[in-house]
Order: sequence, then structure tokens, then C-alpha cells
Amino acid sequence: MDLGISALNYVSSIKNGEFTVEEFTSKSLERISQVDEKLHAFLRVNDLAIKNAREIDTKIKSNQNVGKCYGMPISVKDNMCIEGSKTTCASKVLENFIAPYTSTVISKLNSEDAIIIGKTNMDEFAMGLSTEYSAYGPSRNPWNIDYVPGGSSGGSGVSVSANECIASLGSDTGGSIRNPASFCSVVGLKPTYGLVSRYGLVSYANSIEQIGPMTKTVEDSAFLLNIISGIDSNDNTTVDNKNQDYLNNIDAGISGKKIGIVTEMTNSEGLSTDVLNATNDAVKTFEKLGANCEQVSLQMIPYTVAAYYTITSTEAGSNLARYDNIRYGYEFDSSGFEFNSYISQARSKLGPEVIRRMILGGFVPSAGHAGKYFLKALKVKSKLIAEINHVFEKFDFLISPTVPIQPFKFGEKIQDPVSFMMIDFNTVTANLTGIPAISVPYKITNGLPIGIQIMANRLEEHSLLQTAYALEKTVDLPEVPV
Amino acid sequence: MTKIGLEIHCQLTKLESKLFCPCKADYREFEPNTNICPVCMGIPGSLPLLNKKAVEKATLIAMALDCKTPNKIAFFRKNYFYPDLPKNFQITQLNAYGNTSIGWEGKISVEDKEIKIRRIQLEEDPGRLIYEGATEKTKLTLVDYNRAGTPLVEIVTEPDFETPHQVREFLNILSDLLENLNVSDPGLEGAMRADANVSIEGGSKVEIKNIGSFHDLEKAVHFEITRQQSLAERKIEIIQETRHWDDGRKITVSARTKEEEAEYRYHLEADIPWVRINDNTKNQLRAQMPESISSKKERYVSKYGITSQVAGILSSDRYFSELFEKANNETNAKDIANMITTDIMGLLDTREKREMSKLEGDHISDLVEYIKSNKITRASAKLALDEVIKNGKQLSEIIEDLDLGHVSDEATLSDIITEVLDEEVKAVEDAKQNPDIVNFLVGKVMQKTHGKADPELTLTLLKKNLGL
Repeated sequence: MDLGISALNYVSSIKNGEFTVEEFTSKSLERISQVDEKLHAFLRVNDLAIKNAREIDTKIKSNQNVGKCYGMPISVKDNMCIEGSKTTCASKVLENFIAPYTSTVISKLNSEDAIIIGKTNMDEFAMGLSTEYSAYGPSRNPWNIDYVPGGSSGGSGVSVSANECIASLGSDTGGSIRNPASFCSVVGLKPTYGLVSRYGLVSYANSIEQIGPMTKTVEDSAFLLNIISGIDSNDNTTVDNKNQDYLNNIDAGISGKKIGIVTEMTNSEGLSTDVLNATNDAVKTFEKLGANCEQVSLQMIPYTVAAYYTITSTEAGSNLARYDNIRYGYEFDSSGFEFNSYISQARSKLGPEVIRRMILGGFVPSAGHAGKYFLKALKVKSKLIAEINHVFEKFDFLISPTVPIQPFKFGEKIQDPVSFMMIDFNTVTANLTGIPAISVPYKITNGLPIGIQIMANRLEEHSLLQTAYALEKTVDLPEVPV
Repeated sequence: MTKIGLEIHCQLTKLESKLFCPCKADYREFEPNTNICPVCMGIPGSLPLLNKKAVEKATLIAMALDCKTPNKIAFFRKNYFYPDLPKNFQITQLNAYGNTSIGWEGKISVEDKEIKIRRIQLEEDPGRLIYEGATEKTKLTLVDYNRAGTPLVEIVTEPDFETPHQVREFLNILSDLLENLNVSDPGLEGAMRADANVSIEGGSKVEIKNIGSFHDLEKAVHFEITRQQSLAERKIEIIQETRHWDDGRKITVSARTKEEEAEYRYHLEADIPWVRINDNTKNQLRAQMPESISSKKERYVSKYGITSQVAGILSSDRYFSELFEKANNETNAKDIANMITTDIMGLLDTREKREMSKLEGDHISDLVEYIKSNKITRASAKLALDEVIKNGKQLSEIIEDLDLGHVSDEATLSDIITEVLDEEVKAVEDAKQNPDIVNFLVGKVMQKTHGKADPELTLTLLKKNLGL
């Protein structure tokens, strides 16, 4: 039994009776218990996984209707709620928070007979890009455990990369799916804003974040997007997926497509030579596949990281204000505190990066400073959207390295917050403009992965996945060494 | 010159559900913290779902107050910490970045003075703090989130009022208007609240908050004007501040000065997409809009010849004017209106009584007709009304059941009169000298017939018997 198989191969193997759901699930759990002490992809494993697996096996044996997932083990980032179980956002503040309801994406997976194998590690409240800001300790990169796995959906990336599960759901506010996908050598898709319901996703920056799949193959991302996308009556921001089958014609090829190579993302200060070389190589590959590649400059790009952190801090300051420990949270002796000092005490459990952004979020939109910071950031955002709309009149796709650098060692970058933030340079544009973007594993250099990012216009996931698929088919990467 | 401006908060109590979740908009019947859900409790991961009906009802208010209305509305977050606020921000509206609230620049006439409306916005009500047993020893503050998320319309006026009396008049007109629009029940406790801004010549603006009722608002404004005037007389500077109305002592007390003004960090609420209100929707809403109170009053006077005073009372009350409209008022409209304003309003003086009542418009027109054609006395009519309100039966049936019909049969009446004359020997003697005593004898006959004797026939027969 190969735990590294794709979701689509898993489904056909189950259908062919090569193994049972229970067999695969217990092997996956075994794998988790073997490697996760080292990798720390999971914060919690589902105690009911085997029971769920048996139930699905019974359905299969008795020829009942079985959902599309046929019991495949899927991990979920620990910022999506499941009724009756913990959702911590890797924060001490939500250490004991048990959600009273289930998020839409997880309900959809459940109704397609997926097994939620466990909840994955992340940077606290999804703020970070290395999992070093998890209150429960970082996850480790399966390609080299001395290196970060990326983040914030680092645990999800690790769990898929290390074959602890078939696929995972992450969330992406400024690259939090694509960054760890790139660092762990898996596929990560951030869908168009609104294509996937956020109901049950604990908000960080709600105007730009999305849930998306992290998978072993592009096809698997299409498979999961088929399940999780579409209008949800519990999320007013969702848009119609028009019943698209994202797997349909995924091998259509990209002959004649116009691809823009984003100049600012391929000549930026922080870009590593190895990553640039890989990107140039990918450009050649696209041309070989029949696409026309051309440099394209987006004037607003240099301002995007600043705009991104200004907007996300503002929204974080608002979204995280509810953690006042009045309605839920953790126990502490409240005697002797008046209201404001009680809140300060309650919030003292937040980690350093969250506190940094809360302070920023209190400052940048405040009456005396909004004009200089928050409103300017909004202006950058709207100009960027105009630029992107204009660019997509001419190009079908934009490409760049997903991350300007390869995975780095623990503690190596975290000391300098601003240069740390610049690691988001290539990913935040898709969030600020709401367009879909995917990271495709492209190379392993010096034993560490490099991913290529492809962006498309709003709701163009279908053609985006076709392009990603075409690129994926040209690469042959080694097995993960764990 | 004294300037007074108001901020009125009005709950849209006629809606089924809260502004952003399916919990009940009317939270009053619930045990504390039972009318709640993940959305109105701000549980992590929950998202607000806009109640579109609230947008429509609020737009009706904006239209009725002659406001400009936008083509699309947006919601903003007002961030501040308070224990009654589950998310520690309130979803509200803001016109600082372009007019995107429910309405703006409206007006309404109050005693021939035009009061301008600056802005109308739709927002969520917070929960309620209950200082139960909040003595020096316990200092216990309880929070009930049942109210959190109730749809609230904030109406902000320009500082166009000059006297507390105008304020009071405005509030009366406004609460009638809201009731007439069927958006709110101003009689419900806490359904309408108001803050006031007061300034006098040469002084800064003072905001008064925490005023429990409209009645107190007038008092609070009056107190504040007097306070400011007495400061001015003593040449003490009137500082810009927020004061609370102390309900117990009936005075305003300083709460915070401007330096401590809260920082709200307003920004767009991205979870609620902009809502388009196109011309078509506006026209549909306008078509649904009930007739305004003033045009209704005018119609009652001109079409039915009802006196201006009665028409005024009737038209300003939604429930009773509906009763009037439903009665068969082709004939006897004036009497129907009088019966509603003199008798029925007193019988149905509370919401509970009105909700229980089985009285229909037809009952009233029938009753008036019965009185006019002498089938029933006014006294019996009142008994019949009581009965109709209780069981809603046909009037003819009730008259039969309670035996309320006139005794107009001459033989029966003569027998009763003979009885009375036998019993009242003294009165009969006196009546011959003093004709007024006859009325006393009519009364006695009425007593014996339980008010059902035809009064005219009784008088005729009595006079005949007495040889008058």
C-alpha cells in the first residue's frame, strides 16, 4: 500500500478493492505516529477516524451510495471549526475553545465521505509564514527537518508532503497556502475570493482570505475544489461556481496561451539565484508547451507588502478583539480586575506576532493616522486591482516564483520582522486583488523544494488548473526523504 | 440661541429575525441568553448574514422622512470594547467615505417648524448589561445577549430644535410615523431610545446619553438647558462633554470629556457585500408604503366629515385607523369614528388587550347601525362591545345571548310601568308638581329592564299614565 498516492488514485484503488478504507486509515495513523513526533504537522488526531473508516467500508460493501472521497484521510488546518471538537488556531487564547458548529468546507467533505484525520499546526491565528509562531511549537520540513515548512498552513503542507494524509485544507490570507506548498513541494491553490465558503474559518483578515486545497497533484486540487466551492447560504460573500467540473479537460494543454512573467517578482531584491534559475527554467517549459511568455510590469507591486500588512493588521485588530475571555476562552481568576485590565490580562496570552499586528491594527486605521496608512493602503489595493484587470485583458496568466527564497532554517529570519514580511512579496497580490493563484512544485535544489506560482483572472480556476497541470506533467521530483 | 439635536435609536421590532442571524428580533419573552446563536455571540468563524427585510424596513423610514437614499449601501465596523458587545465591534454604517447609509438629508415638520434629518443608518443593537444586586459589596454586572444583533435604525437630526417641547412633539410624531409604517412598536420597552445634544448661545455642545424614555428625554433636555444657562450666568465655561442622565436624581452628570473620546477605527465590514437598492426596488417600496398620517387625517376630514380632532386621534394610531378602515363606513362614518375614539380606545388600551381582541370593523358598523335604528341602547351597546371583544361573535347573536334587545313591546312595558308606579307612590305624587321627577321614574323602569327599555316609548307611556 502506497501512502503517497494521489486522491484520484486512492479512489480508484478503493473502488477496485485493492485495500479497504480501514486499512488505509490505520496505515495513515501509523505513519502519523511514526513521523509526527519529529514533524509536528498535527495538533490533534481524530479519535474517531477508524470508526468512520469502518462505517464507510460498510457502505461500500453493502453497495450503498458512497461520497466521492471514499474515506480518504484529509487533514484540516486548525482554524476551521468542527462541532464538538477543539479549534485552537494554534493559540493559547483558544486552547479550550470547542466550536458549537461545523464549517461549511468540512460539512461538504463529510458529506462526500472524507475522513478528517486531524487538525494541523499553523502560525498563531494564521499570522506568519514558517509555523514558528505556533503557540504549540513549529512544524518541521519533511525535506530537511532543520528547515521551516513555510506557513501559516505549515502543518497542512507537511502532512501532505510527508504522506500522513492524502490532502489537506489550508487557508491563505497573504500566501499561507502557497508558501508552505512551495516549501514542502505540494500543490496549493488559493481560490478566487468568494469561491469557497469561509463559514467556520476563524477570521484573520476577512476581506482577502480564502480556504483552499493542498494536495499531491494538480488534479487532486481540482477534485477537492469541485467539492468545496460554491454558494453557501452561511457566507454572504460566496459566489456561484456554476457547477463547473474543474477536472474536466484538465489535460487540455496551454498552446497559444499568453503568460506574463511579473517583472517585479523576478528581479526583486530578496530573490535567490536558485529560485530565479528555476523560474527561468519554468518559463522555457511553458514556451515548449506552446505558450507565449513575455515580461509584464505591475507598478503597484512594490507597495503591496506594506498595503497588505496595513490592511490585514487593521482587520486583525477588529477580528481578534472578541477574544476578551468573557464568553469563552480559558480560566483565570478574575477577582481584582476591572473591565479594561481584565481584557489586557486575557489578551496577554496572545503570542508576539499576534500582539505586534494588534498594536499595528490599533494604530494604522486610527483617526489621526488612517490617512497616512490605512486609507493609503486601500488606495494601493484599488490601483492594484485596476492594474490587474488591465493586465488580464492581454494575458491569460501571470507567473512568478511562489516565494522569493527556499525554505530557511529555524530562527534564521524571524529576528528581522520587516525582511520576514518581504517573503510574502510574490503571494499577497492574489489576496489583495481576489484572483486565484496556485503553487506547483517545480524543483528540488540543494535538497529543498522550489514552487512556481501561476495566477489567473477572477473565477478562472478551470484554466488555471489546466495550466498548472501542464507544468506539473513536465517535472519529475524525487520522493520525500522522511 | 438654544440648539438641540437628537440621535434616536429605534428597533425594527416588526421583523422576525435579528439583523445578521435567524434569532428572534423580539427578545423580550426569553430567559437571559437563550435567544442567541454563534453569529450574534461572535463565536469564532461565524459570519453575519444580512437580513434584507431590515434594509427594506429601514429604507421605508428613510423615505417617510424625505431622505435621499443610496443606490447601494455598505456596512462598517465600529471598534470598541464593551462587555455587551460580543465581537467588540458593532456593525453599523458610516457616511464619512461617501453616502452609503440607508438615508440622509431628510426633513419632517414639527409644529410648523422644519426639522432636518442628517442621517439614517442601520446597525445592530448590543446586548444588555444588568446591574443585578450591584451593591457596594457585590458589584455584580450580568450580561444578557438576547438583544445583541437586534435590528436598530439610528436617526440623527440636525440641531434644529429650540425647546424641550419641540423635542417632545417631534418624538410623538416620529413614534406615530414608525408605528404607521409597521416597522416598529414604539410602545415596547426599550424599542425607542434617544440621546440629545444641547448647546446654548456661546457654549460648547454637550451630549446627554442613557435616557431611558421619551418622557425623560424632555426632562433631561430641560434640565440641561437650565444647567447650562446657570453656568453662563455665572460666567463659567460650558465644556464639550458627554453627560449621563441620572434617572433616580433626574439630573445629568458628567461622564467623559472630549479628550477621552473613543477611537473607533472604522473600516468596511467585508463579510457583508454592498447591497444594491435599485430604482425598481425603491419604487416597489414606495408603492407598499402606507398612507402617511397627515394625508390620512385630511382624508378622514374631507371624505367623512369627521372633526379634525377625532380624525387626528384616529389617523395617528395604526391599529384603530385600520379598524375604522375595515368597518363598513359608507354610512355612519362619523359615529363609527366617535365610537372608536370614545369607547373602544379605552377598552383596548394596551397591546396585550389589542392582541387578544376579537373585535372586527364590521362589528363596529353594525353596532352603530343598531343604535341609530333604536334596536339597542347606548348602555347595552357597551355591554355588547365587551362581549364582541371577548368572543368575536356576530352582533345579532350577542344581543340575543345577553338579551340586550330593546323592550319596545307596549304591553310588556306597560306592565313594568304599573309595577314602578305602585312602588314609587311618593315620586308619583311629586312628579305631578315637578316634571323632572319623570326622568327618575324612567330610570327605575330602565333598572327593572336592565337598561333595555326603549327610552322614548317609556317616557311616552309614563307621561300618559301620570296624565301629564
